[in-house]
Amino acid sequence: MTSQGTKTATGRGTEPPKWRMGPASGVGFPIVDREDFSDTTFRLEIDHPVMAKAARPGQFVIIVTHDHGERIPLTIADYDRDKGTVTLVVQAVGKSTREMQQLCRPGTALYSMVGPMGQPSHVGEAKKVICVGGGLGVAPIFPQARAFKERGAYVIGVVGFRNRDLIFWEDKFRQCCDELIICTDDGSAGIKGLVTKGIEQAIAQHSDIDEVVAVGPPIMMKACAEATRPHGIKTVVSLNPIMVDGTGMCGGCRVKIGGRIKFACVDGPDFDGHDVDFDDLMNRLHRFKEEEQLALERWTENCRRLDMEPHTTTDQDKGRS
Amino acid sequence: MAKKKTIRTIPQERAFMPVEAPEARVANFGEVVLGFDVENALVECERCLVCPEPACVAGCPVGIDIPGFICKMIDKDYRGAYDIISEANLLPAICGRVCPQEDQCEGVCPVGDTLEPVAVGRLERWVGDRAIEEGWHKRPYIEPNGFRVGIIGSGPAGVACAADLAKAGCAVTVYEALHEPGGVLRYGIPEFRLPNQVVDEEIGNLLDLGIEIQCNTLVGRLFTIEQMLDEMGYDAVFIGTGAGSPKFMEIPGETLNGVLSANELLTRCNLMVAGSFPEYDTPLHLGRRVAVIGAGNTAMDALRVSLRLGAEKVYCVYRRTETESPARVEELHHAQEEGIEFHWLTAPVEILDDGDGNVRAMRCVRMELGEPDESGRRRPVPIEGSEFEFETDMVVYAIGTNANPILGQTSKLKLNKWGYIETGEDLATSMAGVYAGGDIVTGAATVILAMGAGRRAARSIKEYLGIRDSDVVYRPERSGHEGALFGVNVAERNFARVRLA
Repeated sequence: MTSQGTKTATGRGTEPPKWRMGPASGVGFPIVDREDFSDTTFRLEIDHPVMAKAARPGQFVIIVTHDHGERIPLTIADYDRDKGTVTLVVQAVGKSTREMQQLCRPGTALYSMVGPMGQPSHVGEAKKVICVGGGLGVAPIFPQARAFKERGAYVIGVVGFRNRDLIFWEDKFRQCCDELIICTDDGSAGIKGLVTKGIEQAIAQHSDIDEVVAVGPPIMMKACAEATRPHGIKTVVSLNPIMVDGTGMCGGCRVKIGGRIKFACVDGPDFDGHDVDFDDLMNRLHRFKEEEQLALERWTENCRRLDMEPHTTTDQDKGRS
Repeated sequence: MAKKKTIRTIPQERAFMPVEAPEARVANFGEVVLGFDVENALVECERCLVCPEPACVAGCPVGIDIPGFICKMIDKDYRGAYDIISEANLLPAICGRVCPQEDQCEGVCPVGDTLEPVAVGRLERWVGDRAIEEGWHKRPYIEPNGFRVGIIGSGPAGVACAADLAKAGCAVTVYEALHEPGGVLRYGIPEFRLPNQVVDEEIGNLLDLGIEIQCNTLVGRLFTIEQMLDEMGYDAVFIGTGAGSPKFMEIPGETLNGVLSANELLTRCNLMVAGSFPEYDTPLHLGRRVAVIGAGNTAMDALRVSLRLGAEKVYCVYRRTETESPARVEELHHAQEEGIEFHWLTAPVEILDDGDGNVRAMRCVRMELGEPDESGRRRPVPIEGSEFEFETDMVVYAIGTNANPILGQTSKLKLNKWGYIETGEDLATSMAGVYAGGDIVTGAATVILAMGAGRRAARSIKEYLGIRDSDVVYRPERSGHEGALFGVNVAERNFARVRLA
């Protein structure tokens, strides 16, 4: 019979797929450019003209690095319709993103990239907005700030980093923000403190702020929502819970909004920050912490072992680029 | 041919078919139902009475000429049998495995009035597997007719529609949002019931018809249906995106870690191979005691997957009884054999926290059956004061699905009040040239019903484009045209010619 006996739980053959992986005829989604902002954060520019045309601020993609990889949701940091590219900014924190940091170079390709997913941010009639980005949220807030600027709004950018060495895209933000407040944890650049301090400063200076948009780690978005709540300023946050398919099919990304369950992938990712149950979200982000730890340790150990054979990896890298 | 067969002269018992022993199979993902060997397949064929007006053909959602292929098998013309089946169904190895035959062909088989009905599904599977082994798939010469059709979703509805349109000469592109094609056949149905290799083979047959499948493409977001018709040059579009969105019960504790939908569990295991973590990157975090809520086919799959992944205890929790369970008889039987504990007339009312954000237990209530509801089944009613704690650390919801919202959000398609796409009898939607079928129209159903809908939509699309439909010629009574002349629709203006290379 065709398939009994020899099958493993993987059930996969080794042949390349006969179907097309995307609009391009080649294999996967080519990485055309990369820039390292720091030893953990890097920018990838991926060739995908159709997606560059379709993408709107606030949407995200799901990528898979290789055929054993997991599906990783990443907010779109920028898109260039003329060049036909989509920009992602990745923070290497877990196994998969560290592996990306190691493997994703110009000339290589992602195994899969699908999107743009989620509902685009509503860039409405607000006349004066604060766009807040912290940590991995700095990049995705950029297209929103630019969109607000294009709509003619007065844009105040508030971006937070741990220290001055981690700052990136300051010039890009300056171009589209009427004011830019940089916050660093150690005070090495801009004001010392968290982005909430920046928000408070902006609110103190402007009494007519219509909207705050905050993207970043849940704890930061929660703090932003709490900072604006007493002022009654509409606050939009972009949630990034654990997902599998990103098309509304698995329900893994469900979040509590005003006590009701919503799927971040199809109902979001943007929600009213004052309605979001952030504690629930943060708990759900810990769902796989044991597995994440295990995967990271195992991977680090593998890398260490490979490094023991001197220079093999670096030589290969040179050969490729 | 020998003397006419009667119910007395045919083999009284179904032919023997091996099934993996429960103790052995729960330890791996190998197939459970192993299929006939050739001798037993032929014995089973002898049980068919070859009725002159076969009820089974009418009972088959895709109208396979069942006595026809069985006669070919009796003549040992297995290739001929495959040709007959593949005329109506390009995925026999899949359908032979996953169709609920007891409600379809086998359910209406007259042999079943006194004996067990002819095992049509097992015979279909035998032919399908044989075809894969021998590489019989025919690559017909198809004369292109110049029309382009876009299909959204590579699940059963999409591929059935794609196959019929490709055979008629249309240039067909199938768009799939995930990174592998097959839809529910890929992410939903587990390996032990439908090996991925079988899906690969049968999808390969579609590619041989010249169909293009493009993965990683989320229609609605990457481009809209309107763009497909206006900018991308498609003459017609078929939507077969599936129902998708899993239902939750909206009881307290549902966002605790350890509560997930059966869709998520199955997708992690089947598509993402979480059972082989950490070789594969996707984790699952299986509980020790897994409770699956619901008793349909998806629930059976979730139960049996959890067991195979190593859960110590696996419970099926259902608010009605075994009689009302919507699962296929065979699946329910296999699950029982494998040692799954069934808790009938039980429903959760709250999921309890272990203090750390994980599931500790469920608070459940006992039910009794009251008056019949609109589905005709007796409505379960909670018994007052019967609440009890049910110890479990993973709760899997398999209580059905809602409509996937993406195409509704991104197009002007008319939806019904539940969010499913509204269509007419001919599966035409509110947009000209756009047809829909399968779960996104009917709500969650079966693989074969979705395939039937895909074929029906293909027929309508052919008519819309003015292509001759071979079914009209061969089955004039099915065409439904008043204006048919010699079985040919007078409205048609384009003739597709199909012949074997």
